[in-house]
Amino acid sequence: MPADRFLRALRGAAFIGGCLLVAAAFAADAPTAKPLVADPALEARVLDLSHKLRCLVCQNQSIAESHAPLAVDLRDQVREQLAAGRSENEVVDYLVARYGDFVLYAPPFKATTLLLWLGPAALLLAGAGWLAIRLRSREREAAVTLSEAEHRRARELLAGNAAVPPSSKEPRS
Amino acid sequence: MKAKFLVPLALFLVLVGFLAFGLRLDPREVPSPLIDKPAPAFSLARLDDNSQRFGLEEMRGQVWLLNVWASWCVACRQEHPVLVDLARRQVVPVVGLNYKEVRGDGAIDARRLAPEQELAMAVERARGWLSAHGDPYKLSVLDLDGRVGIDFGVYGVPETFLIDQRGSVRYKHIGPITPESLEKVLLPKIEELKRAG
Repeated sequence: MPADRFLRALRGAAFIGGCLLVAAAFAADAPTAKPLVADPALEARVLDLSHKLRCLVCQNQSIAESHAPLAVDLRDQVREQLAAGRSENEVVDYLVARYGDFVLYAPPFKATTLLLWLGPAALLLAGAGWLAIRLRSREREAAVTLSEAEHRRARELLAGNAAVPPSSKEPRS
Repeated sequence: MKAKFLVPLALFLVLVGFLAFGLRLDPREVPSPLIDKPAPAFSLARLDDNSQRFGLEEMRGQVWLLNVWASWCVACRQEHPVLVDLARRQVVPVVGLNYKEVRGDGAIDARRLAPEQELAMAVERARGWLSAHGDPYKLSVLDLDGRVGIDFGVYGVPETFLIDQRGSVRYKHIGPITPESLEKVLLPKIEELKRAG
């Protein structure tokens, strides 16, 4: 019976609407969540720096993302040292002295990392150079001109007359 | 340019060479920046007597090993017989750095423990483990919060540091020492350092 179904649906909608109204009334009064940390500005710096530091246990996660105990310890170290007034660079130096450059997601630019930093650019330049040379030589190929005799032979070949002997100096592509 | 068709093959072989080399590298072996640098100074409570402290200076003039271990560390169990054997041969003194005995154990919520509770628990667990599996250490020290571990760049227990007469770190072994790595790598290095005096 369609009329009955319609009434039932209407009642359901009214019930849901009522629930939403009541929930909204409560939500208006709800207290906003307290910040989880005492010093959000410091925490933001800790998080920012932690994202640049590799967790040595998981290796593909930063110490900000990792839940490994060592990552937690190192995050605490970062927080402690930043809170004590050390700069970001000093904290990074502290960790590099203990764990090496591997702890940094962005490796420093120095003699042993030259290939790493300049390699892609060198490859790009080499590729561009190779392309330029190829294009040049192709241009030269296109500029090949035929002599009068060659033109005549080409025309005769196209006309279907194959009785023409090949010219002694065929232009090679 | 008859051999031009060989160029892709040559490139492929070069690539295979690089990949074969890469396969043989262990990404877990992160080179330590401490090699040939003075070992970080520390002063930690001894496991056998908590009232006494132990530091690097007590080992000055000797070639020795600092072995990082914990009772919750599964790989340490695997390594332990090798260390016991090494101690029996009296080649080199081994000092144990007990790393986060309580906090490192995921089964314990260390935040609920008072410091003296944590110390008592660590001592009990560590001593129990050594009496069950043998004690190869000249002595062990307790690094409850892992700070000395961080100073040494410890990231996976067990780790072993070879320290020379002047207190410099000369070699770092990451992971459990096997009989093979002991004979082929550690012992020759120890002998070399002893001869160099």
